[in-house]
Amino acid sequence: MVTWALLWAQLFNGLVLGALLVLVAMGLTIVFGTLGIVNFAHGALYMIGAYAGYVAFLHTQSFILAMVSGAAVVLLIGVILERGLIRHYYARPPEDQILVTFGLAIVLIEIVRLIFGGISRRTDEPIWGNGVVNLGLLYYPRYQVEVLGIVTLVLIALYLVLYRTKIGLIVRAGIEDPLMVNILGINVTRTFLLVFGLGAMAAGFAGVINAPIVSVDPDMGAPILIQCFVVIVIGGVGSFWGAVAGGLIAGETLSLTTMVAPDYAQVMLFAAMAFILIVRPQGLFGVKTRQ
Amino acid sequence: MSLLEIDAINTYYGEAHVLFDISLHVEQNEVVALLGRNGAGKTTTLKTIMGVLAPQSGAIRVNGEPVQGLAPYQIARRGVQLVPEERRIIGALTVEENLELAALSAPQRWSLSRIYQIFPRLGERRKNHGNELSGGEQQMLAIARALIRDAKLILLDEPFEGLAPLIVRDLLKVCRLLADEGRTIIIVEQNVAAALSLAQRCYVLNNGHMVWEGTGAALKADPDIMQTHLGI
Ligand SMILES: Nc1ncnc2c1ncn2[C@@H]1O[C@H](COP(=O)(O)OP(=O)(O)OP(=O)(O)O)[C@@H](O)[C@H]1O
Ligand SMILES: [Mg+2]
Repeated sequence: MVTWALLWAQLFNGLVLGALLVLVAMGLTIVFGTLGIVNFAHGALYMIGAYAGYVAFLHTQSFILAMVSGAAVVLLIGVILERGLIRHYYARPPEDQILVTFGLAIVLIEIVRLIFGGISRRTDEPIWGNGVVNLGLLYYPRYQVEVLGIVTLVLIALYLVLYRTKIGLIVRAGIEDPLMVNILGINVTRTFLLVFGLGAMAAGFAGVINAPIVSVDPDMGAPILIQCFVVIVIGGVGSFWGAVAGGLIAGETLSLTTMVAPDYAQVMLFAAMAFILIVRPQGLFGVKTRQ
Repeated sequence: MSLLEIDAINTYYGEAHVLFDISLHVEQNEVVALLGRNGAGKTTTLKTIMGVLAPQSGAIRVNGEPVQGLAPYQIARRGVQLVPEERRIIGALTVEENLELAALSAPQRWSLSRIYQIFPRLGERRKNHGNELSGGEQQMLAIARALIRDAKLILLDEPFEGLAPLIVRDLLKVCRLLADEGRTIIIVEQNVAAALSLAQRCYVLNNGHMVWEGTGAALKADPDIMQTHLGI
């Protein structure tokens, strides 16, 4: 029986899940838009963020510190990966890029499994996230509401960077035509490093704040990665608003289908993607790009 | 010292040898036309100067400093600016953002109002996105991007291609203004009359080889060259 209370609860669950998907997909879509690389290791970066947050919280009992260190660790790893590995693949054919990032994902996952073992762990909610809040329509876990608020703040910050700063101007132009940006006197490789690092950091941060909601294990990045691909296809590659719309659509689709037919949640997600591909192949907010 | 000096460059697309021992020079305050039939190698020459393609041999010097093998952004910062054949306006950015992007790394930039004085049309459309502009407006913006950087050497690749005669006239006026104030330009143009009305000297390319050089007047006086290499 679907009751109003259940419907509201699932709608809200979809919103929280969607917000997290937006955050992870944002890095993936902007990296793909500017660098032309589909980063199959993006899910692993999300997973590493969750572990980094888990360890930091375990030792400091401060969730704020966990968020900061989780984001910082993944930013650092992202920068090292871009300098040491990924940048050598910008000019290579797509199959090489897919192989190297896919291989990288496996290596990262197995390193984490080696250190922490395969059993799943759980980060406790921060004290300020305990309990429930009355949303009028329903009582809802306080922490989930806070996650929604935190993600919204991060997305606003990201929006401001993209649309109100010089770096953002370069990134938006680079999504469309990196060669022309280069011709206009801008060192795109340096911007690419920043983009990759920030994209990784967003994924890592999402991992930290999602850790109290889901269980933390080495394979937790795989389903998120697949869902993020769907988000990007729905929203359109390289688009900020596309990632936002795609993430919320994906979150609600998963959540509402789970309510009536849990086994079909993933199927519905792909059905939604197929529908968008038929009516608007470039995605809801897709732009034409020049490579 | 020449502003630009190219010494026997050879450029390839993969295996395909496209430029053969091309040499040319451009002096300060000079407008030089680079002419030739379709596929002669004009665009390839400009791309090689800009660093989009690296020559396999030969030297390119800007103000006496070798630049071959440098990235486009490094060559742009030495004052060279390509206005590409396809214009390559960033469609997702507004006119103003396109200009600001171009000005970002320029050591000496022009103000937006100075640009809008030369191209009032761009001023009217400054909040429009690049993909909302007409072909003529896109070409104006493409040239304006080079100007806002205060480029010392502008490489114009077929600036009048595919534009209505009225717009060509306006653009030609702007180009003449730039030439008169002493800006150094290499212009590639199928419209030989338009190119010669701007240029003091010209080079003629054929199949990747430099086949002729001299003044515009000498070229006009040589119907053979005009006939064989330019088809006029
Ligand atoms: N990307 C490419 N890959 C391989 N060959 C190319 C490429 N671009 C151009 N060429 C070849 O290089 C030669 C010179 O081309 P280029 O574009 O420089 O000629 P062009 O003089 O600018 O011609 P047009 O007047 O048509 O613009 C041509 O034979 C062309 O087919
Ligand atoms: Mg050409």
